[in-house]
Amino acid sequence: MRTFIVLLQKEFLQIRRNSFLPRLIIAFPVLVMLLMPLIMTMDVRNVNVALVDLDLSVVSRRIASHIEASEYLDLIETTAEYQLAIEALEQGEVDVIVQIPDNFERDMMLSAPERISIIANAVNATKGGIGMQYIVQTIARALAELRGENAPVGFSELMTVENRYNPTLDYRHYMIPALMIILFILICGFLPALSIVGEKESGSIEQINVTPVSRFTFILSKLVPYWIIGLFVLTVAIIVARLVYGLEPAGSVWAIYLGALLFIFTISGFSLTVANFSETMQQTMFVMFFFIMIFMLMSGLLTPVDSMPEWAQRFTLILPPRYFVEILRSVYLKGTSIAELWVNYVALALFAFVFNTLAAVTYKKQI
Amino acid sequence: MNDVVISVRELTKCFGDFTAVDHISFDVHRGEIFGFLGANGAGKTTAMRMLCGLSYPTSGTGSVVGYDVMHEGDKIKRRIGYMSQRFSLYNDLTVWENMSLFAGIYGLTKKETEKRATELLARLNFVSERDTLVGSLPLGWKQKLSFVIATIHRPRVVFLDEPTGGVDPITRRQFWEMIYEAAEEGTTIFVTTHYMDEAEYCSRVSIMVDGEVRALDTPARLKKQFAADSMDEVFRILARGAHRGE
Repeated sequence: MRTFIVLLQKEFLQIRRNSFLPRLIIAFPVLVMLLMPLIMTMDVRNVNVALVDLDLSVVSRRIASHIEASEYLDLIETTAEYQLAIEALEQGEVDVIVQIPDNFERDMMLSAPERISIIANAVNATKGGIGMQYIVQTIARALAELRGENAPVGFSELMTVENRYNPTLDYRHYMIPALMIILFILICGFLPALSIVGEKESGSIEQINVTPVSRFTFILSKLVPYWIIGLFVLTVAIIVARLVYGLEPAGSVWAIYLGALLFIFTISGFSLTVANFSETMQQTMFVMFFFIMIFMLMSGLLTPVDSMPEWAQRFTLILPPRYFVEILRSVYLKGTSIAELWVNYVALALFAFVFNTLAAVTYKKQI
Repeated sequence: MNDVVISVRELTKCFGDFTAVDHISFDVHRGEIFGFLGANGAGKTTAMRMLCGLSYPTSGTGSVVGYDVMHEGDKIKRRIGYMSQRFSLYNDLTVWENMSLFAGIYGLTKKETEKRATELLARLNFVSERDTLVGSLPLGWKQKLSFVIATIHRPRVVFLDEPTGGVDPITRRQFWEMIYEAAEEGTTIFVTTHYMDEAEYCSRVSIMVDGEVRALDTPARLKKQFAADSMDEVFRILARGAHRGE
C-alpha cells in the first residue's frame, strides 16, 4: 500500500511539474465545450437564393417576401432572366434558384399550374439538401397562407410537427454529450499511454522493473491519476453545458457518472494495451490515432449508427464508445434510467474487464 | 570466503539463434568487488540483466542472495540494487523526491526514508542540491546519485552497469571511494566497466569474450598468468581473439 501511495504521489508530482499537462487539463474541456458547439453545427444558415420571377404576380411577390423573412435564407437576387441566375449559381454566389413560371398565379387559380422549379447547388451536399428543404417549406408556407386566405381550412393546420427530447432541434444539444466523450477519449486514452511509453523512452521504467513493485501496482499508479482527471473534466463539462447552453441532464447524474467511470476504465485499459506494444511515443500516437479515428467516426458520435450500412452497424457492436454515446445521449436528452440502459452498462463493464486484463497480461517486466 | 552471494552455473541466453551469453559459470562472495569485464557486445549487460531478474535465462541456473533467478525474481529484487548503463532516474523530480520515491518502493517507512536520505545526502555533499531537479544535474553527479539510490535500501548486492561511463577522472575516483565504502559495509559489488584502471581496484575480475567467461581471478594473478604489466594488456590479449562486435 505504501508503495502504491509513493508511486501515486510521484505521478501527481510529474503531472504538476509538466509545463503543459495541467494547463491542458483545465483549458481543454473549457475550450472544447465553449467553442466546438458553435462550430460543429449542421444547422444551415445563409442560404443564398436567386428568384427568377417570370410571373410578377401577387403570388410571386408573396413568395419573395417569405424568402426574405426567413432567417435561414437570404434573397440576394431577383431577376426575370434564368440565364443570369444560373451564372450566379455557377460562380457560387447563389446556392439555390427558385423559378416561378409565367402565369403561375392565373394557372394556380385554375388548379393546373406549371410547377415552380428549384435548382440547388449540391456541391456542398448538406447545404444544398437542407437549403432545398428550407425553400420548399418556405414556399409551401407562402402558398398555404394564400390559400388560407381564400379557403376555410389552412394548409398548415393539416399537419403538426413536434420534436421530442430535443424540443428546439438544437444540434448543439445533440453534440454536447458527444464532445464530452471526445474529451474522455483524449484525456483518459492518450495521456496514460504517453506517460508509460515516456518512461520507456527515458529508461526510468527499467529502474522500476528492477524493484519489487508489481506490474499491477505500477499500472494502477499510472491510471488512477487519469481516472481522477477524467471525472474532474466531466464535472467541468457538465457545469459548462449547464451554464452556457442551459443543457441539464434529463436523467440522473449518477447514471452519467457510472457510465463515465466504466468508460474511463475501458479507454484507459485500451490505452495501456497500446502502450505495452509501443516502444516510442510516436508509435503510440499513430496507433492511438488509428483507433480514435474509428471510434469517432463509427461509434455514433457524429453520425447516427442507425443510418450506417448493415455491416457497419454490426461492426459498431465491438466499439466501446458506441455504448457510452448511447448512455450519455439518452440520459442527457431523454432522461433514460440505468435500468433501461443496463445492456450498455454491462457491455462497457465487459470491455473494461477485457482491456484491463489484456493490459495486465501484456505488460512485461521481464523478457 | 564460503559466503557465496551470487552463484552461476552454465547460464545461457539466446536471442533467436544468436547466443548472447554462452554457458557461463562463476561464484561471487560476500563483500567482494567483482569486476565483470568484456568488450562491447560480449554479453555483459545481458548476463547482468538475468541476474537482476530483468530477463529470463534460456538455460542454466543462477542464484542471487540464495534465490533462483528463474523463479524467485521478486525475492531477488527486494534484496539487490541496480544501476543501469543509461541514466534512469526521474529527471522531472528533485534529488530528494527521487530518493524518497525509491526508498518508499523498497518499503522503507517515512521515518526511515527521512533518516537514510538525509544521511546519504550528507555523505554525497549534496545537501544544497536537495531540491534541484535531477535533470539539471551534471552527469557525474547524476551517476553518484544513481549509485546512492541503488543502495538506499541497503541491498546485499548491488549491480553497476558501466557506472562511470563518460564521467571525469575526479568524479570517477570519488565514485570508487563510494564503492569501497559500500563494500566495507558488507555489500557485494558486481560492476562492469571499460576502464582498466578500475579493473585493478576490483577484488576479482572476470573477462567475457564472445559470450563466454575466458578468464577469472584476482587482477594480480591474471597479470601473472598472461605475463602482462597491466590489466589493460590482459584485456587486449583476450579481446583480440574476439569474433563478435568491434
